Amino acid sequence: MRNQQATQLLFELSKPGRRAARYPMADVPDRPLTDLIPEAQLATALPPLPEVTEPDVIRHFVNLSTLNMSVDTHFYPLGSCTMKYNPKRHERLASLPGLVDLHPYQTPAASQGMLQFLYEMQQMLAEIAGLPGVSMQPAAGAQGELTALLVAAQYFRDRGEHRTKVIFPNSAHGTNPASAAIAGFECVQLNQSEGGYVSLPELQSQLNDQTAVFMITNPSTLGLFERRIQTIAKMVHDVGGLVYIDGANMNAILGITRPGDFGGDMMHYNVHKTFTGPHGAGGPGSGPIAVRDFLADYLPGPIVTKEQQPDGTVVYGLKTPSKTIGRMRTFFGNVGILLRGYCYLKTLGAEGVKAVSDNAVLNANYLLQKLKHVLPVPQGERCMHEFVASAQKLKTEKGISAMDIAKRLLDYGFHAPTVYFPLVVPEALMMEPTETESKETLDAFAAAIEQIITEDPERLHQAPFTGPASRPDDLKAGRNPVLKWVAKA
Amino acid sequence: MSYLFNTPEQQQEMLRVCGVDSIETLFSDQVPADLRLNRPLEMPPPLSELELEAELTALAHQNGGASTRTCFLGGGAYDHFIPAAVDTIATRSEFYTAYTPYQAEASQGTLQAFFEYQTLICQLTGMEVSNASLYEGGTSVTEAVSMALRSLNGRRRVVVLGSVHPEYREILVTHLQHLNCELVTIPTPAGVADVAQVKAALNDQTACLVVQQPNFFGCLESAAELMAAAKQAGALGIVSFDPLSLGLLQRPGDYGADIAVAEGQSLGTPLQYGGPYLGILTCREALMRKMPGRLIGETTDRLGKRCFVLNLQAREQHIKRDKATSNICTNQGLLALRATVYMSLLGPHGLREVSELACRKAHYAADQLAKVAGLELMFPQPFFKEFTVRCKGGVDRVLKQAAAAGFDVGPELSRFTWSDGDKLSEGLLIAVTEKRTRADIDRLVESLKMKT
Repeated sequence: MRNQQATQLLFELSKPGRRAARYPMADVPDRPLTDLIPEAQLATALPPLPEVTEPDVIRHFVNLSTLNMSVDTHFYPLGSCTMKYNPKRHERLASLPGLVDLHPYQTPAASQGMLQFLYEMQQMLAEIAGLPGVSMQPAAGAQGELTALLVAAQYFRDRGEHRTKVIFPNSAHGTNPASAAIAGFECVQLNQSEGGYVSLPELQSQLNDQTAVFMITNPSTLGLFERRIQTIAKMVHDVGGLVYIDGANMNAILGITRPGDFGGDMMHYNVHKTFTGPHGAGGPGSGPIAVRDFLADYLPGPIVTKEQQPDGTVVYGLKTPSKTIGRMRTFFGNVGILLRGYCYLKTLGAEGVKAVSDNAVLNANYLLQKLKHVLPVPQGERCMHEFVASAQKLKTEKGISAMDIAKRLLDYGFHAPTVYFPLVVPEALMMEPTETESKETLDAFAAAIEQIITEDPERLHQAPFTGPASRPDDLKAGRNPVLKWVAKA
Repeated sequence: MSYLFNTPEQQQEMLRVCGVDSIETLFSDQVPADLRLNRPLEMPPPLSELELEAELTALAHQNGGASTRTCFLGGGAYDHFIPAAVDTIATRSEFYTAYTPYQAEASQGTLQAFFEYQTLICQLTGMEVSNASLYEGGTSVTEAVSMALRSLNGRRRVVVLGSVHPEYREILVTHLQHLNCELVTIPTPAGVADVAQVKAALNDQTACLVVQQPNFFGCLESAAELMAAAKQAGALGIVSFDPLSLGLLQRPGDYGADIAVAEGQSLGTPLQYGGPYLGILTCREALMRKMPGRLIGETTDRLGKRCFVLNLQAREQHIKRDKATSNICTNQGLLALRATVYMSLLGPHGLREVSELACRKAHYAADQLAKVAGLELMFPQPFFKEFTVRCKGGVDRVLKQAAAAGFDVGPELSRFTWSDGDKLSEGLLIAVTEKRTRADIDRLVESLKMKT
């Protein structure tokens, strides 16, 4: 049962003199602090952090947690985010001593177990991608994109080619253009589509000797597999460009088809999505990239190596590729998330991995069929792991918007789909059920939507009614930003 | 095993609704036959939970973790104590199996926790605004520099002290090399910057000065003077600080930093071989709209009740696309939550105790190590919890003897690239946290004495 106290802020619970953590007395000889640190460098007062007890802290944050929807408590069909079940074994295994407490500067000799797992993970990611060079350095998908674009830039520079343009379809994630801009490229957006697919004439019209990279999410954010991807890749390659596959939607094609086999030169994974990270209330992620052999020398280091010694023993090590673009972040990468992904892949094996995509695609197609009568899906009868429905007709006829449906779903005990993305579908509701949901759940979800659209539109504009908040005033938040608590004078 | 629900009968029923006879048809309708992988993926065979745990345990046993050895390793990641309550909250699945709080009504727990994180970080640093976190400490420096370049349009010169973490500087080079800017690194042979030399390097083209406090060698820079020098040149002063030093040392907000960033790992996140960690980014209010990453704001709902939302999203990639302040799409939510709980548990007095213990023990360790033949402090400057030892005749002997006795020290400076490399090749970092005891330090000292 929810506790209304939860809405108090930590700072409102504070009372001078309360304590939680206490540390032992120093066991080294006592010296005046000014002997250790020059007086000018010493703080004159303590930071004004709140003063609370451990029970305060626990009750506060446990109560806060109950204000969230989560995969463990609710169906969470947030499109493009792959909100699948997060196996509990991963949490325990990632906390094993020797893994969770290993310092990043521990010597390779005293990290052989860690390096072995990382090496095997590299191999599995290369195999699933069909691309041999892997760097697990990127902290998230967006950093993976940027890394790959910097790899491309360095590759072209090495070849003495001056290529300045990155092309992407208008259904692309916002990170694609943002990463391209940060990598120093000019962005070219394709604005036409042929039934949700890339318009080949439009693409052709933009391709030239300035083209560096064509970025495409496949399957796309519309849940469509780009059937002509090989032709598209050939068109890009013919003008000397590279093809980047945004791997956000890999959950649809594991063991079915591989980016390297359909023309991709570079790609990123989202380990927190496809290989069930988990999502951690917005991160950490992990965004390894895989590239073709001729790009592997440009990857950021370190990369894990495996060598057989003359005596037959295997030694794992770290190396930085010879023409590296340089470091993208500190240390190796988001190892804790990679470890969970590794546990997942080791649990599933090849058959289990393919069964993920089989069932993700089945669940999405089933839900599409259950909903298309009430929420049309402009891109047609079939989808991969997700689909984008449109509430435009409902909006025109009854005044019910995608946002109304999303908010009211919360009252029915379902997290909302992604709404108003991709931008190319009006009143978009992007639904990705994932493979870890039952037919019963999908039926109940579809029934809830059918029910919602029969409700009074005026009332729907006010939904939700049961949660801890309803329709926050975003404009007010933006007009006069309050980004921290301040003590009342 | 793939955590699936639907029985073969249910699958058949679902396929009927889809109007196909097999899952295969769903794919063959969409993915051209010549693109299909017509073989199983080459992967190891599936393991049961029991087998997987045995395998991972065996791998873990091959590693020298900080709980089985005695860790004096530093260089940006530290073996600080993590109270149990941090894990209790971070393992609440309502937090860790949720995602970015796009639907505010379904995410008030996350949003309020991050609002509290932003507040705690402002209290800790004395800065005016904090975002809801970035990837880790190194990219936070790069994001701060990008902010400065955006804020001072036209200025393209970035000045960085050589005493900033070499990996942070390398990340900066990676990110800036394709953009039209000039990166100037000021050597710090004395272990800290010479303020006059820094002043001479700052000009009317300089967008920012980047300082680390305490710096990579452990030494304390004249942070206030350096920030003032930046201001005088019309540039922004950026500092990368150690969060747990602020129970003792002046805060970035106190000495005039414009942007203050940090590696937040020491605030309750385990070492886990380098990540995921926590990037802290704070600034003055005037720079708020130039910030990268998520920002949580307070507002009221339809019924006038206080609540929290993702705020100022017009800066971000999903709205602004190629004009966004950054390409970042997540924060490090779970690590920000860990830091929030950690700072709540410590409070001002716990923070003071951790800072003071680390500082006192580090000074004891430095004094004792300096007495060992063949070792000396490389720099005479004041330090906080980490210092650089010169190992005459090379670091290898020291590393080997320490390791054999169960101690891990370092990193050795020769691991990194330096412009004044030779002088530093005998340098070795030693970090001392509140977890190390006098007995640990005495035994480390004993193990490093020359074997005769």
